[in-house]
Amino acid sequence: MPAPTQLFFPLVRNCELSRIYGTACYCHHKHLCCSSPYLSQSRLRYTPHPAYATFCRPKESWWQYTQGRRYASTPQKFYLTPPQVNSILKANEYSFKVPEFDGKNVSSILGFDSNQLPANAPIEDRRSAATCLQTRGMLLGVFDGHAGCACSQAVSERLFYYIAVSLLPHETLLEIENAVESGRALLPILQWHKHPNDYFSKEASKLYFNSLRTYWQELIDLNTGESTDIDVKEALINAFKRLDNDISLEAQVGDPNSFLNYLVLRVAFSGATACVAHVDGVDLHVANTGDSRAMLGVQEEDGSWSAVTLSNDHNAQNDREVERLKLEHPKGEAKSVVKQDRLLGLLMPFRAFGDVKFKWSIDLQKRVIESGPDQLNDNEYTKFIPPNYHTPPYLTAEPEVTYHRLRPQDKFLVLATDGLWETMHRHDVVKIVGEYLTGMHHQQPIAVGGYKVTLGQMHGLLTERRAKMSSVFEDQNAATHLIRHAVGNNEFGAVDHERLSKMLSLPEELARMYRDDITIIVVQFNSHVVGAYQNQE
Amino acid sequence: MFHRFLSIIRRQRTSPRCQNWCLARSSASAAEAHSVTLPAQAQVVICGGGIMGTSVAYHLSRMGWKDIVLLEQGRLAAGSTRFCAGILSTARHLTIEQKMADYSNKLYEQLEQETGIQTGYIRTGSVFLAQTQDRLISLKRINSRLNVIGIPSEIISPKKVAELHPFLNVHDLVGAMHVPEDAVVSSADVALALASAASQNGVQIYDRTSVLHVMVKKGQVTGVETDKGQIECQYFVNCAGQWAYELGLSNEEPVSIPLHACEHFYLLTRPLETPLQNNTPTIVDPDGRIYIRNWQGGILSGGFEKNPKPIFTEGKNQLEIQNLQEDWDHFEPLLSSLLRRMPELEMLEILKLVNCPETFTPDMRCIMGESPVVRGYFVLAGMNSAGLSFGGGAGKYLAEWIVHGYPSENVWELDLKRFGALQSSRTFLRHRVMEVMPLIYDLKVPRWDFQTGRQLRTSPLYDRLDAQGARWMEKHGFERPKYFVPPDKDLLALEQSKTFYKPDWFDIVESEVKCCKEAVCVIDMSSFTKFEITSTGDQALEVLQFLFSNDLDVPVGHIVHTGMLNEAGGYENDCSIARLSKRSFFMISPTDQQVHCWAWLRKHMPEDSSLVLEDVTWKYTALNLIGPRAVDVLSELSYAPMTPDHFPTLFCKEMSVGYANGIRVMSMTHTGEPGFMLYIPIEGMDFMGQDALLQQKQNGVYRRFTLFILEDHDTDLDLWPWWGEPIYRNGQYVGQTTSSAYSYTLERHVCLGFVHNFSEDTGEEQVVTADFVNRGEYEIDIAGCRFQAKAKLYPVASFFTHKRRKDDVELSDLHGK
Repeated sequence: MPAPTQLFFPLVRNCELSRIYGTACYCHHKHLCCSSPYLSQSRLRYTPHPAYATFCRPKESWWQYTQGRRYASTPQKFYLTPPQVNSILKANEYSFKVPEFDGKNVSSILGFDSNQLPANAPIEDRRSAATCLQTRGMLLGVFDGHAGCACSQAVSERLFYYIAVSLLPHETLLEIENAVESGRALLPILQWHKHPNDYFSKEASKLYFNSLRTYWQELIDLNTGESTDIDVKEALINAFKRLDNDISLEAQVGDPNSFLNYLVLRVAFSGATACVAHVDGVDLHVANTGDSRAMLGVQEEDGSWSAVTLSNDHNAQNDREVERLKLEHPKGEAKSVVKQDRLLGLLMPFRAFGDVKFKWSIDLQKRVIESGPDQLNDNEYTKFIPPNYHTPPYLTAEPEVTYHRLRPQDKFLVLATDGLWETMHRHDVVKIVGEYLTGMHHQQPIAVGGYKVTLGQMHGLLTERRAKMSSVFEDQNAATHLIRHAVGNNEFGAVDHERLSKMLSLPEELARMYRDDITIIVVQFNSHVVGAYQNQE
Repeated sequence: MFHRFLSIIRRQRTSPRCQNWCLARSSASAAEAHSVTLPAQAQVVICGGGIMGTSVAYHLSRMGWKDIVLLEQGRLAAGSTRFCAGILSTARHLTIEQKMADYSNKLYEQLEQETGIQTGYIRTGSVFLAQTQDRLISLKRINSRLNVIGIPSEIISPKKVAELHPFLNVHDLVGAMHVPEDAVVSSADVALALASAASQNGVQIYDRTSVLHVMVKKGQVTGVETDKGQIECQYFVNCAGQWAYELGLSNEEPVSIPLHACEHFYLLTRPLETPLQNNTPTIVDPDGRIYIRNWQGGILSGGFEKNPKPIFTEGKNQLEIQNLQEDWDHFEPLLSSLLRRMPELEMLEILKLVNCPETFTPDMRCIMGESPVVRGYFVLAGMNSAGLSFGGGAGKYLAEWIVHGYPSENVWELDLKRFGALQSSRTFLRHRVMEVMPLIYDLKVPRWDFQTGRQLRTSPLYDRLDAQGARWMEKHGFERPKYFVPPDKDLLALEQSKTFYKPDWFDIVESEVKCCKEAVCVIDMSSFTKFEITSTGDQALEVLQFLFSNDLDVPVGHIVHTGMLNEAGGYENDCSIARLSKRSFFMISPTDQQVHCWAWLRKHMPEDSSLVLEDVTWKYTALNLIGPRAVDVLSELSYAPMTPDHFPTLFCKEMSVGYANGIRVMSMTHTGEPGFMLYIPIEGMDFMGQDALLQQKQNGVYRRFTLFILEDHDTDLDLWPWWGEPIYRNGQYVGQTTSSAYSYTLERHVCLGFVHNFSEDTGEEQVVTADFVNRGEYEIDIAGCRFQAKAKLYPVASFFTHKRRKDDVELSDLHGK
């Protein structure tokens, strides 16, 4: 039985699925879950309902379970050396510095550091960063996938194009459309800033382009002729909704190419949250769908750090979200729509891309699955309809957009998936990044003045200073530094190498028990430029 | 005026050598300054009272020009000249630089006697250390070139090095070069002595006078505007050091002088317990990136670090100048290097770390010459921290340039006109000098390309060629493909290989040459400079007939290979000219002649509105279709017969090729192979220099361009010739190579160079006859090792012939453009 399911969702892991699709009988089965050996659990991975429930356990219980048993039964005799730890932590790190013009950086962004640490294999998180070329501003985003990485991958490739197109003035859209029509070279829209591991799907790029083109063609047709200023908030919302709509449509229509057909279905049946920042001068917009988070690092006048949250989590901890869901569905469903802190008792984030199981009608789901490829048809998970599924859609990709006008004291923005926020408090995050970023200027320059100093003494002093610098700056990347703390912090908030080493040497199948994928982008703002904007007014 | 000036010098001499002296005097001088009135006119105005400005003034006045005004915004010798480490070193990479330094050395040595002003000149000699074999090769190459111009130097063993200096740790050395006549000298005092001598010769010197801008009328200098009034003048000399760039741009017609300053640090110590003797040689440890000289019983040591700090990018900034601070953390690697080289100095007490900005240029060569846009506007700046070494010689050459129209030596490599306007952006300069400053001590291997400031100009085919694996080199800001890396080659290894031996691209180029010789290839030559000269009447033909040496009154459609000569009969330019119609000519010159050739033409063309000179370099993509099958390809694409009967050699016509129409096809190549040049639009009395040439014809020439084929040279194992290698005839030095390349056809190295005939008794140059060239036994000296060479007079006649003769050399390999 497991063979076809493996084929269909080779990327779905037991633990990840269970995180997302929690179960109504979580409490009752808690002991069962915890006492059953891991391997027998995985055999039960995709059994249909009601057996489905037995493997659906909240990861917290696994956490406790494994933590408790760690020393007793998990043989972890080997530790990683510090260089090995570093090579794991730095494998995905990426930094971008906004180029200077004539020796000056005129952008409100100095640059950004990003990194990700997988827990799932392969990782289901994605990240994107790009400069808008036809409008001003920069886009940065983190995407947390579930039930595979297909959806997060697609969103990471496509969403910024939808946003950029939504921001384009009518004339530019026309120009691009005319260029496509007449076969001329297209205006570049985005300058991507990508780590070599961040890939784009070559096979689907034509399909994705066609969908995007249809979108801008509609934008062109809808234009009323009056050139109004484009509202960034509206553009972000439209882009999110349109992309999710396209994902859904592409899966319904299918593709004659069997590979693509399978791909669009995998994208639609898996899901992804998105947290995207658009920075243009002092205007910072954050569009969030799901439970990733955007946090602003503010340095107070006394030099201390405080955290300002710029996004709301869309999950059961957010009363407004629970309220929204209840209002959107009949009163009779009030108890089932949010159950065990999950949507329909299954899904943790309350907003997401993809996840058509929570969006399509039962009829539509059945029709698509039946006409779909065999892998889809044989898959018990896709056939499974969520319980109490009466008035779809239950899920939306519509983001909540917050606006913040940057001030000189706003030093950086941290965008991260919930893998970070569930292990670290936001205040600690901001403090660690803040101290990391300003630490570079801590050492006072030396001056000989009138003192008697020999060459040897000076040499000793300088060597010492350099050693100190290099230990503080083992990490060249603020995101790496943050991950080091998130994974390796002991109870005193200091990095414990032994703990870090153990966490990173966990075998693939166990890593997910201890932690989630972590993806972080740290955007550093240019206080001089931000200050200059302020002075202009 | 002179009295006042001497008082500066006297005060300077009596005051202790501390930096405060100028501050102490400032109030007195400010009072004086008000009473000064500048002369209303002068023949020459020099801006800058550092070593360059004073040297130019000194040499001009010695050549008999008296009507000269020198202006200094602060005080004489108070800029970089004042902070200079005072090391005079003749071991330079270019021969012209060696000659300038050699002249400076001789000039400074006798300056004290001439002027009575102490300059602190001490002949210490200098020792260049080699930590690696490659470095030793580099030193041997310099050593060979120093010896032939009469500067004593020798390669010595580490043991010998230890005998020359008391504190040196020599255990990691593989050898060294000793240049015994190098010296140390106080550069500020040299500048003051030069100023004093100039002043005695009648040069008027005004300090605390700033030049605001230079006044220009009809492309000619007419005067300067200063903060104390105007001076009318014929010539202006910009010796403003690190401010030369800004001053150049301050004109209405800006003169771009590409240079940029970087902070430079050196350390001064208190004297040793037993003070270091003042004739202790200067040590240069390029692999350790440092220099060390004796200084008042202690040492002075600085260096050129890997991570320089560019400064004054945004121009003159008083705050920055006053706040130039010691940066010990930045200096740490150099200090470590110093203590590794001289461990015993650990106990030496620090006096201070000096921060003195130095000026660097995009190609690490200094800038001299006349502006291509403003006549009478001369520049001498951008010394790449060798201002003291070059000061005397450079000042002399520039003075000769002003007085005689050209210096007594060939300074082509230093001419301001080698730069185009694109190399003047502040960002470009900032990035480039960060690469140039470390290069001063980097190992300089042949055919090295800068990494920063690239892609200033590219061919329309750049992206396509790049996708095909092109590796790029830059010429005059233009990207040109060097070779194409096959997909299976390891790129990284290729880029990083640095060697004086057979380079890693050898096999790649071999296969490319084979393709050109046996089949057909396309070479993108869009970078070549292209001008169009047209007129309403016969003016174009008349002016070209005057400027170019060969007859251009040829039938329409014919191409002439020719060149422009100066009054002395020397080449200013070489080019091919196609006669497009009776009244219009198309001229193709090497890439780096764009500015030079333009300036030369503008300077010598009459002011005539009916005569139009246009730079059309950008209007054409130029493709060279080359190889024995070129004819077939072109005839197939154009459906036109391309045989020599239908399309003779050196012929030009417009035709269609493939779908493209209006393509200018020329049956010539720049490489000597059979083939065609295709110019694809992107959207023709007496001639100058004739007298000199006739005289040469009558009297004979004093040097001859000669081709050498290396006989006993092993391409795989021996050091390669690159350029600048001394040529020996019957054991006597007769000249240097100018370029060289491996010929895949001859399977031998081929070098080009000028052969001279120095009299054995007097050293005077004598006439070089063909017989003289042919009847010698030749050797080429590569880093001290001599290889036999067969000489052939350069076969200019066969340069552009269609059919290759049997003994013709592989000219494509020789093309250094």
